Amino acid sequence: MTNMLQNRWWSWGFRSAILLYFILLIVFPIIGIYGQSLTNGWAALVDNLTEPIAWKSVLLTAKLALFATIINILIGTMAGWVLIRYRFPGRSLLNSMVDLPFALPTAVVGLMMLLLLGPRSEVGHWADSLGFTILFHEPAIVVAMVFVTFPFVIRAVQPLLEEMDASEEEAAYTLGASRAKTFFRVILPAMVPGIMSGAMLAFSRALAEFGAVVLVAGNIPGRTLVASVYIYGQIESDNPAGAAAVSVLLLTFSFLVLWLVSYVQSRRTGR
Amino acid sequence: MHVEVRGLNKKFGDFQAVRDVEFAIGKGQLIGLLGPSGGGKTSILRMLAGLEKPDSGDILFHGRRVNDLPPQERGIGFVFQNYALFKHMTVADNIAFGLQVKKWPKPKIKERIAELVELTGLAGFEKRFPHQLSGGQRQRVAFARALAPEPQLLLLDEPFAAIDAKIRHELRSWLREMIDRLGITSIFVTHDQDEAIEVADEIMIISKGKVEQKGTPWEIYKNPQTPFVASFIGESTVIEDIASLKGFEAAASWPGTKGLIRPEYIEVGKENEFILLSATEAGRVSHVHFRGSEWLVEVQVGEIKLVTYRSLEKKVLQPGEEVRVLVHRAYLFNDNDNWVMENKLKEDPLPVHI
Repeated sequence: MTNMLQNRWWSWGFRSAILLYFILLIVFPIIGIYGQSLTNGWAALVDNLTEPIAWKSVLLTAKLALFATIINILIGTMAGWVLIRYRFPGRSLLNSMVDLPFALPTAVVGLMMLLLLGPRSEVGHWADSLGFTILFHEPAIVVAMVFVTFPFVIRAVQPLLEEMDASEEEAAYTLGASRAKTFFRVILPAMVPGIMSGAMLAFSRALAEFGAVVLVAGNIPGRTLVASVYIYGQIESDNPAGAAAVSVLLLTFSFLVLWLVSYVQSRRTGR
Repeated sequence: MHVEVRGLNKKFGDFQAVRDVEFAIGKGQLIGLLGPSGGGKTSILRMLAGLEKPDSGDILFHGRRVNDLPPQERGIGFVFQNYALFKHMTVADNIAFGLQVKKWPKPKIKERIAELVELTGLAGFEKRFPHQLSGGQRQRVAFARALAPEPQLLLLDEPFAAIDAKIRHELRSWLREMIDRLGITSIFVTHDQDEAIEVADEIMIISKGKVEQKGTPWEIYKNPQTPFVASFIGESTVIEDIASLKGFEAAASWPGTKGLIRPEYIEVGKENEFILLSATEAGRVSHVHFRGSEWLVEVQVGEIKLVTYRSLEKKVLQPGEEVRVLVHRAYLFNDNDNWVMENKLKEDPLPVHI
């Protein structure tokens, strides 16, 4: 087997196959979308993007995804910490339930949210009495995004915490650092790469969420219409160029985030 | 710092890691805790540091009980076996950590870093991250970091275990020199007897959670007080029926006595190499191993198999060759007692047995 793998032709074949796969599945579709958005020229692209409903949907999506990501950073980091550092009954059950949002069909998540947050539910009732509504408003979208992207930060932080050597903490204690100082200066910095990459994935995923959001958002153009639902609407109303224009904006945005995070990380570690 | 430990006990579950440990260490001494792995050395060190809580017993620094002080307030430096450097910090930041925590003023911190970097030979590496350093350099950073806040007691847990043999040698003498220069009381843990003998002022042999013996390396080698110490320090062969060896017949008057013989207690050679031929036994060479600086010779004397060294300057022995064996002394022990017995025939200029 190793002989076979070392063979020049095999190695060439494998590399070509992977490359082809990559081109077919990732590069072509992306180029296709950029091409599609430009079928009617630059002016049309600009027109499609300056359409208020279009850019407002993108802006709204980015804003809410950012909220959801921040919530996930806080809760996810804490949850990862608790699941690794504390021992309590039900811990392993809880730990396996973390992946549930990945396993559930997103439309089911949407329905769950609808039932949970609706005006007839306890939560909806309670929110009503406080003077605001969740369902069909921005909070519902954020809740749906948080739910769907919940595992990312936890799963990125856990291995780092698990690998972390207890002696690093002990070293900080022997050097006179309190528990709080040790956490903020020794443990947290070690978790940051995981938090960052988890947050980035969560953000991209929240930007793209459709199934869970479409049921709870209300989809009021300019107010609660998110980008993915807008794209769907454009396709339904036979305007692929409009859909492509927004897609391109989202894609470019995702790429920028990806690049920014890896740039920041490479500077941090000095590699 | 003067360190005293009284009646120290520690259990992990059912496992008694440390039992009734007592010792006192004078200011400025370098002490080696030596013993087999899992013998409780590291537990003792961690209790001194406050990283582990003793079940019973007292730890006194300068005559003051510190049992209830957390590690932060004990004024110690700790060097971990795997160095435990902060991976996301540069060498300079690692060294500065303890000083920043203690709120030293910035210019003083800078000065102290420069001083320690100079002392540990890390000049030019201040901006590097731990993963960009060699094992020996990391060890020096760990050392510098522990020393930075000017601790009164330095604790080192297997400081050289993860470093390859050649550099380990250099680092040992470097550490010895450094600690002499700073005059800081230090305790290090090791399972390597060469390391303990070479570096420490005094060695404490620890086995199964107990201090077997405390003394200078030479005292321990010369007068081991327990069979464990005798067999742990240096190389040795234990002989069940020591009375059957020529010159040690007297051992028969203590039933159940065994003998322990070190290779350096034995001479082996052809008949013409001995003056007191009458004190020697006849033996047959069973194996010869080249050990770099000497021969290691295994000889069969009757039922007993002995191991000894032979100088490369002397005639090379061959397996199967008939030789004479002179046993200078043996370390005898039984359940109640232990002592060193010299070869009686060697002392007697006119031996009766011919």
